[in-house]
Amino acid sequence: MATNENRKMAFISSKGSLDMAYPPLIMANGARMMGVDVDMFFTFWGLDIITKSKKDKLHVATVGNPSMHPWFHIPTILGAIPGMTAAASWMMSKEIDKLGFPPVGEFIEMIIDAGAHVYGCKMSMDMMKLTKDDLVNGAEVLGVMEFIEMSEGAQILFI
Amino acid sequence: MSVLDNIERDAEGYLKTPIDWNKEVALAIAVEIGVEMNDLAWKVIDFARSEFEKNGEPPTLRQITKSGGIPTKDLYELFPKGPAGKIAKIAGLGKPTGCI
Repeated sequence: MATNENRKMAFISSKGSLDMAYPPLIMANGARMMGVDVDMFFTFWGLDIITKSKKDKLHVATVGNPSMHPWFHIPTILGAIPGMTAAASWMMSKEIDKLGFPPVGEFIEMIIDAGAHVYGCKMSMDMMKLTKDDLVNGAEVLGVMEFIEMSEGAQILFI
Repeated sequence: MSVLDNIERDAEGYLKTPIDWNKEVALAIAVEIGVEMNDLAWKVIDFARSEFEKNGEPPTLRQITKSGGIPTKDLYELFPKGPAGKIAKIAGLGKPTGCI
């Protein structure tokens, strides 16, 4: 266990759907609980996870989603009915909550409190017209070259 | 002669039997792993122990924060660099296996 104390991990989070927000958050938090240094870089849709106005409104796709189980397989034609995305997302949030995991907004706060460094990708933010004030407290803005520099020696995961 | 001499622990320092635990053992382990046991740290350990005794399972760090009332930042300050393992070792509980 002592070897974890010099370990660094860097997570690049590029997806903003509810199902794809959790893997980097769970792993980053797990790494922090084990004493591993963590940098998280949120880019493209991943920015939603650290955007104040979006973090608690993530959805899971019901259109064109071949993985819509275990509850039921939703054919795209049904998944396109208004309300289906919201219903499926609500169900998924409930299942996640039952397992003791926090909602995305609370989770990212917890991870920042746990000492992970959280960054928004400058390019994506410019594209989406976001500023640092739109991001959760504790998030900084970073360009790709700075990220490449700071992640030297880290195990990098792209999600 | 340390109070830890007669306590069986695994290769990573976790207590093999939770019943071998008492506050002296907890303090000795804390000293060994470099954790300062102030009042707040004891509050965490007492909470972890009582949850374990109530539920048969140690609490997750999130439960310690939400039900135990100790903020995440404080947990990471009290038990730096790997709070999950440090709390489990000091509280005489097994290696944490949860994902939160």
